Order: sequence, then structure tokens, then C-alpha cells
Amino acid sequence: MADIKTHTFDAVIVGAGGAGLMAALYASRGANVAVISKLYPTRSHTGTAQGGIGAALGNLEEDHWEWHAYDTVKGSDYLADQDAVDVLCKEAIDTVIELEYMGLPFDRTSEGKISQRRFGGHTNNETQQPVRRACHAADRTGHMILQTLYQQCIKNQVHFFDEFHVVDLIRVGDSVRGVVAIQISTGDFHIFHSKAVLFATGGWGRCWEVTSNAHSLTGDGTAICLRRGIPLEDMEFFQFHPTGIFRLGILITEGVRGEGGVLINDKGERFMERYAPTIKDLASRDVVSRAIYLEVQAGRGINGKNYVHLDVRPETVNSYLEQAGESRRIDREYIESRLPDIADFTRTYLGVDPVTEPMPVQPTAHYAMGGIPTDIDGRVVVDAENTVLPGLYAAGECACVSVHGANRLGTNSLVDLVVFGRRSGVAMARYCRETELLPLPPNAADEVIAEFDRIRNGSGGVRPHQLRQRMQQTMTANVGVFRTEETLSTALDTLRQLYEDFSRNIQIDDKGNKFNTDLLETWELGCLLELAEVTTVSGLARRESRGGHARDDYPERNDDEWLKHSLCYAENGSYRLDYKPVVIGRYEPKERVY
Amino acid sequence: MHVDLRIRRFNPEQDKKPWWGEYTLKDVNRNDSVLDLLHRVKWEIDGTLALRRSCAHGVCGSDAMRINGANALACKTLVMRLAKEAGDTVKIQVEPIVGMPVLKDLIVDMEPFFDHYRSVLPYFINNSPPPENGRERLQSPEDRMRFDDTTKCILCAACTTACPVYWANGRYVGPAAIVQAHRFIFDSRDEGYEERLQIMDDTFGVWRCRTVFNCTNACPRDIEVTKAIAEVKMALSTGEV
Repeated sequence: MADIKTHTFDAVIVGAGGAGLMAALYASRGANVAVISKLYPTRSHTGTAQGGIGAALGNLEEDHWEWHAYDTVKGSDYLADQDAVDVLCKEAIDTVIELEYMGLPFDRTSEGKISQRRFGGHTNNETQQPVRRACHAADRTGHMILQTLYQQCIKNQVHFFDEFHVVDLIRVGDSVRGVVAIQISTGDFHIFHSKAVLFATGGWGRCWEVTSNAHSLTGDGTAICLRRGIPLEDMEFFQFHPTGIFRLGILITEGVRGEGGVLINDKGERFMERYAPTIKDLASRDVVSRAIYLEVQAGRGINGKNYVHLDVRPETVNSYLEQAGESRRIDREYIESRLPDIADFTRTYLGVDPVTEPMPVQPTAHYAMGGIPTDIDGRVVVDAENTVLPGLYAAGECACVSVHGANRLGTNSLVDLVVFGRRSGVAMARYCRETELLPLPPNAADEVIAEFDRIRNGSGGVRPHQLRQRMQQTMTANVGVFRTEETLSTALDTLRQLYEDFSRNIQIDDKGNKFNTDLLETWELGCLLELAEVTTVSGLARRESRGGHARDDYPERNDDEWLKHSLCYAENGSYRLDYKPVVIGRYEPKERVY
Repeated sequence: MHVDLRIRRFNPEQDKKPWWGEYTLKDVNRNDSVLDLLHRVKWEIDGTLALRRSCAHGVCGSDAMRINGANALACKTLVMRLAKEAGDTVKIQVEPIVGMPVLKDLIVDMEPFFDHYRSVLPYFINNSPPPENGRERLQSPEDRMRFDDTTKCILCAACTTACPVYWANGRYVGPAAIVQAHRFIFDSRDEGYEERLQIMDDTFGVWRCRTVFNCTNACPRDIEVTKAIAEVKMALSTGEV
């Protein structure tokens, strides 16, 4: 076997989205750091976030971080760890200001301060009315955050390995020694030998058929940790955003319904009146997603298909306003000025003008609340006692601190990235200063090289896409917004068959080395299959409904038995579940009503 | 509908020269994107087809390509826009963007592009002490809007690789790098405009631009690239930002 090139650093960061880049900025102040990313950093999915970053700056009205914390805990259906939520909301303020010092071009109030807008779930705790907490940069806050952080990394000469795909973690007993990566342009394996490793590899929406996630979001870091003996926390909680563009999954913001848009079924009925009589279309994301799904199941999807209409045409909105006794009316100009990006998306991708036609929408797999368990400094913990695995860190969507519990509020993901990205970076740099570099084990890359050889040389005739499609179909039908014992068991059987096929019968076309995306995407499929199975196993076990995990056979939240985090271990070809308590602070769990 | 897809292929490990791959796809939806078609070829017919893509909705900038001769993002280019009549078969030709070495199929070497980007100091420079109250620096909404257009850039390279001046000489820093410089030069909070303007004031800097407008036509984010370049030229000519 050819010699494998080895690079030595104090710390390596896997993933160059918001969390990875923020960690890099901080870690590189005290340690020799490399960022390894399978994409050019500015391609990362952070760049697609629109709504805003939530922080209780109080620039336009009274606000407090404690209110933000309560909203987050309630939004999480009381599963979030409240000590972590406090950190998130308290540090959000300084972190947003720091982003501005880095040059982030926030929109401004007339006084020149950072502008803030209302967003679902964020309230003034006294009046219970929406509060302006989401700090925004046009309708492309995520893009600005990603660009600004990358620019700062260039300024600070952070070391990047662009288009290097990390495929394994080098773990020896209770310590980490580095990672194994493939240089995509050559196909060569590289070893990164380091004292510390941080995973910031994002979510895995590609387990489902319709998702807002990029094609590259295949849960690589999460799957690698699972394979190296680390349990995954709260995997049953995956957020389905109710209004993704039909078939494409691109998000249509909640703001459309905030402006008066309504959801309509094939019979022209505003069906949310039945599911949430009081707030109707502005019910929380999980409630609306389930309603849409039920309508489709009952055959009331548009033309019998699996989508409904989101109607924000002035005549529709105005007629419901009139019915509700409101004097407000809207017109074409209003839609164009308030919802320009939505209009652009639907016109571009569907040829639908939202001013004259309703938009076809369906629930879209959007965000992973669960993932690699960490403490509030991003250190990975490997059991129910929160035992730290020294040198291993995780941040961003792939991590589970847990700040989002069973359901995430809008604008809280961007905060999560920068607050915990920063804390992880700082913690990692400190760890590196206090630790010696431990030696690499011999043949550190052998196992993963063998796995790639297996995929490359497979001759079983099954095309990867066939498996991926079937996985996505079964996950959407059975592990989607709506789950029962039966649907979850069906999914599990299918996933096990698919994994068997993947292990024995996969066959790819590309046998080359350079830019072998066929090989890499097939390896990514392996990650998705494992994460899909963990999600399903965890969901089968949790016999209650909470946040994004909704079971028709157990429709109530059951705090007595289930106010706890799940931990799923992969051991000897099967999965084992354990549980750990939720950290309760100021807010006692109570009924979640909006 | 049917699509006859012609893709420029090149495998450095096997081919001496590029060649045209011809693929017929049936049951294509009118609002499928070119990326959807490329994926179908890759997943159903030929897994060796190599391309960059990620978000699939025009934000990440990974999949800039030459489609029927014009630069565009594959994910944002819909079949129905390329259909000439309401007929049942569409012909679509896909090639890599021009002006950077082709590495494999539709993947080009982006390093020269990113080198130019890095050369213009594309990051916020402000060495003044932050506000004493520990809060954000203030900026008026008008000052914020001054540079709004150029904040939209996603570094997809559609503009730079549509520019005939860049094709003629890759040492030209290119429209995208100038857009990135513009974003900071005209940001009232930034203090590095003198340095950046000096970098722009080079034979291969902003003065290379011949106001061809290909860049503005190609930009998938509708940035007025030529206008931004002109504003940098004006700033250099007048000494005013």
C-alpha cells in the first residue's frame, strides 16, 4: 500500500459552515488549526438560512435573554437542557454584536442599530405577543454570516483543506488521535494527526424524499461518531417544516402565513380551522405539518396528489380578513415588497406567481434536533453520565447540546452555530495547550480504506440510487411527520434490507481515483442508511408525542415516563438504547399551548 | 417531455481529449432543472459523470455551468426556459465554464478564481476601538444600502468566466473579485478602502474591464456587476468613495 500523507496539527475542524468557521476563528488564536471541508467553505448550507439570528438585543422594543430562554424551552416541548439554553440566549447578544464587529452587514433601524423582526415562537413573556428578536441581513442572514466568517478566516490565515472529505475518526480507547480524509481531486487518502477533533458537519435531511437540505448534507460526522462507539442523542426528533415547495423542498417562510397566507386543500377548504381552531395557519410547525399530512392521507391533497396549496393571493387573504372582521386589506404591491424572495423562488422554480396563483407546498424534512451529544463547551459526551471523551468536540446542527430539545424555534439555529462554535473553539484551544500529542496507531486508515475498496469493487448489480430512493421513500412515508408502531416497524424492516443490499450488492460505475463522486456519494449513502435506522429505532422506542416526534398511537406528551434524552449506540450490528435526564432549570414543564 | 442532453465529458485518467456524451431522457417535467437532468444521467445512466452541486436552489454557487452556450447555475435553469417551442423534445447542451482548467467533466479548477478573490483583501478592516457601550457600531440605513447589491455575491464564478477579457488573460482579477472589493470599499464602517483601491488600481485590476456587460448578464443573483466595477473606477478617478 502506498504511503499515506500525514499532516500534523493541534486541532482539526471537520466542516466549514457557520459552526466550523466560528470554531476555527477562536481555536486558531491559541492553537495550530486546520479546517477540513468536503465543499469549498462558502458552499456550506449555513448560507441558505434566511430568516435571521435570534438575540435579545432589544433594539426596537423591550426584550430580555430570559424571555428568549423561556421561548426556546417551551418551543423545545421542554426537552431542551435549560442550562445550555441559558448559555445560548445569554451569549447570543454579545455574539451577534461580535458578528457586527467582524463586518456583518446587518439591516439597520432608523437609529442605525441592528434591525430586528418578529418570528414564530419568539415572544414578550409578559404580553405573550410576538417580539422583535430576529436580527437580520436582508433576507439572506445565513449567507452573510457564512461569508463574514469565511472572510475573517482568510484575514486570520486559517489553514484550509478544501475538498478533502473526512471519512473516519481515529479513536484509540478513550482518546482521539485525528481523522482520515480523502483528497477529492486525487482520490488519495490523508491522515490528519491531531490532539483534538471537532465535527461541524451539519444535518442529514437527505434521509427523506423531500427536504430543504443540500445534497451534500449526509450526516458524515454524525455517522462516523456512531461507528466509533459514540451514542447519538435524540435522533427521533427531526423537524418537518410545513411549507416546502412541492417536490423541491425549498422553504417558503412562515412569514407568508404571518402576512395572511392560508393553507387550502383540494376542496378549497381552509383546513387548519379544523386542526387549530384558534390560531389556524399560524400553529406551530409540527402541528401544521401533521395537518397537511392528514389531509393528503384523506385524499384531499390537490388533484389527489401529496401537496396542498398555500394561498397568499390578495383576494383570498382579503376575504378571510373580512370574515374575521378585520379592516386590513392587502394588494399586489404588498406581496411584492414583503415577500420578494418567495415570489422569486416560486416564479423561478415553478413558474407560479404567488399574487395570481396558489403555491403548491408540502412538509419538508428540515432540521435535526438530535445528533452527537456534547456539553456546553462542545465536548462530546459518550454515556448517560455525560462522561467526556477527551479531545473530541462537536458543534452546530450535528451536535446535540441540547438547546433545541424536541423542536427548534426559527432563528435559533444560527445562534446555536456561533455561540457553541465559539465555545467549542475556545475549549479546544485550551485543551490543546494542556495536552501532548499522542502517537498515531499503526494502520489508522486501513479499515476505512478497505470499506472504500469494497464499494469501489462491488459487483452485485444494485445501483446506489435505487437504494437511496427506497430509503427516502420509506422514511417519508413511515418516519415522517406522522408515525405509528406499524409505520416505524415497516421502515425498520425496509432499512435493514437496504443496508444488507448496501453491504453486499452495491455496484458503482466509476472505478477511477480523481473526483470519483460516484464512490464518495455511495459512501455518503452508507451514512444516511445508518442514521435513518438510528432515527427509526429511537422513534420506535419513544412511546409518546413530543415536538417533532409525533405518534398517532401515543398522541400525548408523557413527562412522567419520557422527559428524558435518548442515546442510541451501534454495537455489534445492532442498536442499543439508553436514556439520560433533561436538565430542568427555571421552567417547569407544562402544557404547550400557543 | 423528452430531453436530448449533450454533455461535455472529460476523464483525465482515460481521455486524451474531451468528447460529447449524448443522453436521451424521457418523462421530463417542464419544471425540472438542468441539475435534475444531470442527476438523472449520473444516477440512472452513467455514474462517472462528475459535477459540483449542493443546495440545488441557487444560493451556494456550486453548479455554475455553460448551458446552451450561456453561463448559469444548473439548479436554477429550468427545462421550460430552454424549450424553444411548446414541442415535446428539448435539446440542451451542458459544458464547464470557460477560462479555468477542466479537471473532470463539469468540474473546473477554482483555485485561480479564489486566489484572485483572496488578493483583494475581502474582509472587514476596522482598527478603531469599538463603541464604549459594548454595543454594535451604528450605521444608517442609507449607508447600509450603498453596498447592498454586492453583498449578494455567492462566488459562483459565472461572471468572471463569462468575461472575454478574463478568457484572454487569466491574470485579470475578474468581475467577482472586484464585486467583493466593492462590498468593502463602499461599506461606511470599513477603513481599508485605500489599500483595496490601490490593489484595484492595477493593469490587471479594475482597468482591465472593457464594459462588455457579459458579467451582469451572467450573474444568477442579478447583481449589477458592471455598475459596481464602474463605481470602483470612479472612486479611483475622483478620489472619492
